[in-house]
Amino acid sequence: MTGHDDSDPEDEEYHPAPGVPRLGRDEQEAVYGPDYTVDPPEDGIDPVSRAAATGAADSEPDVAPDGGTSATGGDLDPDDYDAVDVFDTGALDLRDGSDSCYKCTSCDTSCPVAEVDDSFPGPKFQGPEQWRLKRKEDADIDPSITDCSNCMRCDSACPSSVPLSQMHNEARGEYVDEQMEKLSTEYVRNRILSNYRFFAAIASKTPRLANFVTGLSVTQWAGEKLLGITGEREFPDFAEETFREWWRKRGGARVENPEKRVAYFHGCYANYNTPEVGKAMVRVYESFGYEVMVPPQQCSGTPMFANGMLDDARRHAETNVEELARAIGEGADVIASCTSCSLSLRQEYPELFDLHGIEDVAEHTFEALEYLRIHEDLRGELADAELGGESFAYHAPCHARNQGLARQAIETFADVDGVAVEDVGDSCSGISGTYGWKAEKYETSMTIGAEMFEHMEAAAGEVGMTECPTCAMQMEHGTGYEVKHPLQVLEAAVVD
Amino acid sequence: MAIASDVLVVGGGLAGATAALAAAREGADVRLVSHKQSTLSQASGLVDVLGYVPHTRAEADDDPTATPTAGRTGIRDRPDPEGPLVDPFAAVDRLPEGHPYRLVGVDALRAGLELFDDAVDGYRGGHTDRNALVPTFGGTVKPTARYPESVAAGLASDARPMLVVGFRSLTDFDARQVAARLEATGVPFPVAGVEVAFPAAFRDDAAVTRVARALDRDEAIDGTPARRALAAAVEPHLDAVEGGAARVGFPAFLGDDAAPTVRAELADHLGADVFEIPMGPPSLPGLRLEDRLYAALEDAGVRYETGNPVVGRELADGTDGGDGASGRVEALLVDRTGTEVPYAAEAVVLATGGLVGKGIHSDREGVREPVLGCHVPHPAERYEWYVDDALGDQPYARFGVDTDDRLRPLDADGAVQFPNVRVAGATLGGADVAREKSASGVSLATGLVAGREAAAEVSR
Repeated sequence: MTGHDDSDPEDEEYHPAPGVPRLGRDEQEAVYGPDYTVDPPEDGIDPVSRAAATGAADSEPDVAPDGGTSATGGDLDPDDYDAVDVFDTGALDLRDGSDSCYKCTSCDTSCPVAEVDDSFPGPKFQGPEQWRLKRKEDADIDPSITDCSNCMRCDSACPSSVPLSQMHNEARGEYVDEQMEKLSTEYVRNRILSNYRFFAAIASKTPRLANFVTGLSVTQWAGEKLLGITGEREFPDFAEETFREWWRKRGGARVENPEKRVAYFHGCYANYNTPEVGKAMVRVYESFGYEVMVPPQQCSGTPMFANGMLDDARRHAETNVEELARAIGEGADVIASCTSCSLSLRQEYPELFDLHGIEDVAEHTFEALEYLRIHEDLRGELADAELGGESFAYHAPCHARNQGLARQAIETFADVDGVAVEDVGDSCSGISGTYGWKAEKYETSMTIGAEMFEHMEAAAGEVGMTECPTCAMQMEHGTGYEVKHPLQVLEAAVVD
Repeated sequence: MAIASDVLVVGGGLAGATAALAAAREGADVRLVSHKQSTLSQASGLVDVLGYVPHTRAEADDDPTATPTAGRTGIRDRPDPEGPLVDPFAAVDRLPEGHPYRLVGVDALRAGLELFDDAVDGYRGGHTDRNALVPTFGGTVKPTARYPESVAAGLASDARPMLVVGFRSLTDFDARQVAARLEATGVPFPVAGVEVAFPAAFRDDAAVTRVARALDRDEAIDGTPARRALAAAVEPHLDAVEGGAARVGFPAFLGDDAAPTVRAELADHLGADVFEIPMGPPSLPGLRLEDRLYAALEDAGVRYETGNPVVGRELADGTDGGDGASGRVEALLVDRTGTEVPYAAEAVVLATGGLVGKGIHSDREGVREPVLGCHVPHPAERYEWYVDDALGDQPYARFGVDTDDRLRPLDADGAVQFPNVRVAGATLGGADVAREKSASGVSLATGLVAGREAAAEVSR
């Protein structure tokens, strides 16, 4: 990424960001390779996903209906990758980050789980302290790592840029790889939750049937009893037409412009569940004269990181990095509408994986509204816009915080006539992706979310707004509000 | 450039927030950027102005034993500082030349406090010029100009008997030691400390935010609401202090959003006033101050964002000009995960903190200001940066950017380096805020001047 030697103090090009450790998150070599020495998947499809999807196993699950194949066409050859152990080789050294911690406890103070669950030791323990304990032989990862929701607020709280979430991701990956019982309900459940895309792809083939089945109370009952997926929540509806189906029917891009190109990373949710968000992205960007590309893509990896399924995440990352790097080569920047997807591509990818082109992808990825605010005169464009007098209760997703995006929706709509967007505060929604779906975490999730629910109720708007699909689920679950993405409101404001 | 504002403030602490507020009140369009969440969560929440005038080596220059080298061994001879000061304003003239207070003057300090009083609710002390003496969790009394309402009943000038309550699970706070030390300093009231078990079975080092939340929401503890349960645990000890406790001090974890209600209910149950004793980080009073300051920023129309560092500058010719360059700053470069995005501004306020806050960086090569590259004067010889007396007159404590009286940064030759930049808070050199107990006042006074100056730069 930097093109010079960070380890060389004489290197004149070296200008560290203030407070960023010399070999901190942005500079260090980051590698996590799949460990195929134990159990190499013969066909690139993990056996658990296959077994869990009984009845659909013949449907070529690793290939999306529209051609989103993995980089190697589905066959993974272990020889193609450098398998590197997380801690043993010394290639990945978190010592600098660990040493930068001066125990101010800002991370613990920012942790939404520690605030409601005093048995959770907090990010300072999960990160630098556990890392140090691991220097000794035979030290296991503390199981409490699975109580971390991976909201990553500790990253934005740390004044010393300690790579806390990277430490958590690696500890969790090691815990799942080496200490978690692979036949346990918990493992299977987590594997299923983190491979949401796999199941969504199948469900979307027959969305009405899928919605009918997931809507049955017997399904919720079975999900809770057999898999530990909470029966308190209603499964999200699958769209009758996925975003990619819409895009194909539409004939793809309607604007061609080699000077202004973006590659849209829609992620799983905007594709299978809320295609209206993806459509809004396309219409808004085309109205600003951008040529939109929609490359083949897999899951960003966010749910996999949160469940310590780093092999799965890496497999998906291979496709994403290859496809997005190709789009970047064609002059595009990468745009995500989900703040967790953009955070994953920007931060977790280069921290955890060593794939060709991954730094380019990280540097060229932006959130949809962020990119327009940087490159277009959005303020000028919105000055004449007028909306129909709507009020929104806006919640900033935790993953937006780390990217500096927590206030952008408020700021963008502040001067627009006919719309009021109110910030409901800096609390966490509590769902953290798959976390709040787990039966044993449901209560914690709702306790964390209580403050947000109260502030939403107190806000003038009766409609919610957020960038994150699972925060939206939680907002809806806790208040019954309909929830919109800022792009949908922007679409109403700027698209004729 | 798509991201532009009249005034761009770098830094989200007290100085940056004050500068942003001051500039916005002058009518400027203001944006505040900070790399990380504000470190006010580490602040005590007390707003000090000047508690002591410490002796400096400069005064002792005619004393051969007080040369920088002799300073290494002169620990026994360290003179007591002047203080605790009753009137901080009257002592400003006795600070060394080059101190930020000497640059901007007492009037600026008063104006900064006035802005604070106006913008931030829930603080006391504005009725007088005199310092208040607030007990700390180390058992000392700290001279401070403004203090949160939550500590008001604990002031050391009050003669009513005081009970200090500690909890076994909270190892940072030893109530008996706090009481013993207060007694040793000669406070004019009887004081005793007791340790009780917190009624809820929290894990030993549970986050203070967990305790605050339980009290905020009055969570049920074995069927009893948390506030009543806490009062019941303390009540049997009220007579531990001679004359019976008229006020009870708790470590500062009595709620967050609902803190006033928590204190009122505890007071009601106990039949005594209830107050908080500020703690080290993480600090609820600091977090509450942060919330109030940012609410004030929002009210004033200041746009703010947190999460990405400023890593460079663009001068009029579109380049960064290289090391030691000077000239008008047209834009600052914000690093958004590898992409440097220019934020254009007519004027810039630099309030990134000092050596601890990472606004000033030191390594074996030297001392520098990493965001704009402002000149930071310091001895070339690294052994002259410090003396052995850890609590003595440390030269490094005063390292920072030198400015003129309009807070414009000066280069090595004493000329203005960046004419449209103002520097505020701990980034400025010349103050030894830890020994003076002046950190907040310096931030308020210089933040106010920097903000007003930056706004004036826009209309110019």
